[in-house]
Amino acid sequence: MTGYILKRLISAIPVLFGITVIVFLIMAMIPGDPATAILGSYATPENVEKLNRDLGLDQPLVARYFIWLGNMLQGDFGRSFALNRPVLDEVLDRFSATLILAGTSFVLCAVFGIAAGVVSAARQYGFADKAITFAVLLGISIPSFFLGMMMILIFAVNLKWLPVSGMYAIYGGGDLPDLFWHLLMPALALAVVATGVVARLSRSAMLEVLRQDFIRTARAKGVNERRVVWRHALKAAMVSIIPVLGIQAGFVLSGAVYIEMVFQWPGVGRMLVDAILKRDILLVQGGVVFVAACYVLFNIAVDVAQSLLDPRIKT
Amino acid sequence: MKKFFQLLIRNRLAAAGGVALSIVVLLALLTPILPLQEPNVTNTANRFVKPFSEGHLLGTDHLGRDMLSRLLWGTRLSLAVGFAAAIFAAFFGAAIGIVAGYFGGRTDNIIMRGVDMLMAFPYILLALAIVAALGPGLVNALIAVAAVNVPFFARNIRGVTVGIAHKEFVDAARLAGLSNTRIILTEILPNVIPVIVIAMSTTIGWMILETAGLSFLGLGSQPPQADLGSMLGEARSALITNPHTSVVPGVMILIIVMGINLLGDGVRDALDPRLRSGALTRPMAATVVERESQPPAAHAEGVLTMTDLETQFHVGERVYKAVNKVSLNVAPGECLGVIGESGSGKSVTALSVMGLVASPPGVIVGGSVRYKDAELIGMKYGRLRELRGDRVAYIFQDPLATLHPLYKVGDQLVEAIQVHHKVGRAEAWKRAVDLLKQVRIPNAESRAESYPHEMSGGMRQRVGIAMSLANDPDVIIADEPTTALDVTVQAQILSLLNDLRRERGLAIIFITHDFGVVAQLCDRVAVMYAGRIVEEGPTQAVLDAPAHPYTKRLIACVPELGEGRRRLEAIPGLPPAVDRLDPGCAFAPRCLKKEAACVTREIELARVGGRAVRCLYPETDLKEAAE
Ligand code: SF4
Repeated sequence: MTGYILKRLISAIPVLFGITVIVFLIMAMIPGDPATAILGSYATPENVEKLNRDLGLDQPLVARYFIWLGNMLQGDFGRSFALNRPVLDEVLDRFSATLILAGTSFVLCAVFGIAAGVVSAARQYGFADKAITFAVLLGISIPSFFLGMMMILIFAVNLKWLPVSGMYAIYGGGDLPDLFWHLLMPALALAVVATGVVARLSRSAMLEVLRQDFIRTARAKGVNERRVVWRHALKAAMVSIIPVLGIQAGFVLSGAVYIEMVFQWPGVGRMLVDAILKRDILLVQGGVVFVAACYVLFNIAVDVAQSLLDPRIKT
Repeated sequence: MKKFFQLLIRNRLAAAGGVALSIVVLLALLTPILPLQEPNVTNTANRFVKPFSEGHLLGTDHLGRDMLSRLLWGTRLSLAVGFAAAIFAAFFGAAIGIVAGYFGGRTDNIIMRGVDMLMAFPYILLALAIVAALGPGLVNALIAVAAVNVPFFARNIRGVTVGIAHKEFVDAARLAGLSNTRIILTEILPNVIPVIVIAMSTTIGWMILETAGLSFLGLGSQPPQADLGSMLGEARSALITNPHTSVVPGVMILIIVMGINLLGDGVRDALDPRLRSGALTRPMAATVVERESQPPAAHAEGVLTMTDLETQFHVGERVYKAVNKVSLNVAPGECLGVIGESGSGKSVTALSVMGLVASPPGVIVGGSVRYKDAELIGMKYGRLRELRGDRVAYIFQDPLATLHPLYKVGDQLVEAIQVHHKVGRAEAWKRAVDLLKQVRIPNAESRAESYPHEMSGGMRQRVGIAMSLANDPDVIIADEPTTALDVTVQAQILSLLNDLRRERGLAIIFITHDFGVVAQLCDRVAVMYAGRIVEEGPTQAVLDAPAHPYTKRLIACVPELGEGRRRLEAIPGLPPAVDRLDPGCAFAPRCLKKEAACVTREIELARVGGRAVRCLYPETDLKEAAE
């Protein structure tokens, strides 16, 4: 197993490189002189010259890439001029908030999505199936930011059950229950679309599996139907559900940006939008590379989970 | 095509989605000529007018602009942008995919590596990076959304192209000296366009959502121009005081995307042949029983007795009579062979006993199956489940498919025991290992830890047999258990079964298509054709003097049995489809002895002593044979 994890980690290295290349190339599309673009309103001649020296911005593209990469490998993601602090510090601060939000949503979408899919398949064409199918359709069609706004309107403004926005109460908050109440709406709003997608796929994966011969074997053994569905069939269906969970993890991680805007959640997504609007190029660059790299690592975890489930995968 | 539209219309949700979408698109197209107010004229004196007020059907926004007008103009813009993004993504994605798929080799490798890299990004993040580089703006948002969807198209189209690039007509075009560009444009492109269209229909909803999202974040359309996303974004600050400014554009996005999704699902369902044939329906826990009459009395003694069993498949309007009034019985310690070609109904007969025929489409419509004194057909599911695997157990064909791939074989045996007996895991595991020893699996202790894919076919089948023995049943129904195995392994398995039956007094029903196997193992044999028993009798008697022409031909197919002569004579023709059986003998079209009388009326199964035949002109006169 350790060998397999190591192998997957090694195979992730070229992907991580690819990610830095892509981000670098995208950022190289910025028109005009890069130093001026990065500095924006801070572009005094001294600053421009200093930045050119530090980042090698006056050098050819390839050299610039390697200087940037070398700096990053040493943990130096550059400096945000708008915030006047190192990019990595800011990203790490913000990423923890995003991780709490996206992580919760991911768990929600996995649990509810799979459960809904299994129930739907087990009761195919029954009332529960129709109700779930329709709810799923509604869920994957509603923009998460609109859903979030409506939730605020209903649960925070009208019913006053939950706080309107933010991660902690401004006065006297900061403990776990406080976080929980603040987290509830954004995590749900973010999870809805992903839940729909997972439910859909789980349903079809289950229907596929329920027709297999080994399900008939389980029934012939006298295994009761609940166990046939939730153990035998679901375990086999997980083989096709897990990769989709991996994709959905990327979806909640990046889709968090909308929810963070709606709920004033101090995450990395909101940071990126602010940075884009302020033309804080280095912060965008560093934030994107960081989040994408985390996602690559998460996908390795997904592969490992898959290999734990399925003994047919060579480890 | 007509069928497609019928299916689509029958799907009411899809139709509703289509109608809603058409109305929205129509309104968006007509917006410039509708008598609307100017969308961008501000009138701060008239801020936040509520909906349904005079002059402003949907009210006004924070700058006093007419919401209805802004909504329609915004919808127009959102639709246009989403559609444009889809076209761009499809165009570039298809171009990349076709090049990669058509040229293959290194080109393919390099391109697909790049595509994989792009797909490694959480994709909204990539869109943000692109907008960051190009700067906020509607066109840039469009480019970003299109760009992040290119890999999806590229991958799909490449897959299809690879399939086409090696077809004969492409090779022929190449040999004819056509240039690559020509071939791509005239041979490949027409074939991938349907795929492109389907991929577009699945993604356009996304693209509308994503561009609206970027606008919502303030990275898309810039004021005063507004699409639905930026309307929603601007309205956010007034969410609490004047929710209508948020609800109006939000609901419109919902209607559009939901309409697209409903319609798309409907189209895909209507196109999916598996859905049409019901191949994606879930089989129930037990076969449906729709028996109108009372179950008939058992026709014979035995530990398991089937009487006039009728199982059908109901597919749409069609009725397939897979098992047509079959009566069989088996006594303790006896082995009954049921033989027939595939499609003869022998497996369905076997599965009907414990309600294991997949349902839908299977329905048991009549007859009785009696285990000792209990009637199995129509028995409550709970009771039936208790008998399954405990008193009546199955061995299936192809154990690679019939064993669960993700559980250790030991655990599968443990489950079989624990389902019917309250024993601890350790105890059950010990018994499981014992079972493996009984079926002569070497190193049973370590083999129990294996997964099915790690074993050979013969070993897997032994596991299947061990599982059927787990609860010391009275009856074992073996459905072609040796078909997938080679001859030596087959002989071993057969002798194993034979020993077990003698030692334990098991009754075995052995389903097969091979008379050689029947000869080795079975005391009696029943021959099935087109859902019916056509001949029955003691194995040796039937082998020596088959009565039914079909039986005779089946026996002739087995070289060692066919009267000593080695002739391999396949039976010409095919067994009939059991949904439209002509009256009279089902074998008539393939029978060499057929007379006019054969096809005029039902032919009864004539019983003489221990033998029976369903034929007007049998090969052997049973009465004579009996004497
Ligand atoms: S009934 Fe007639 S057609 Fe049928 S098998 Fe006998 S001889 Fe042939």
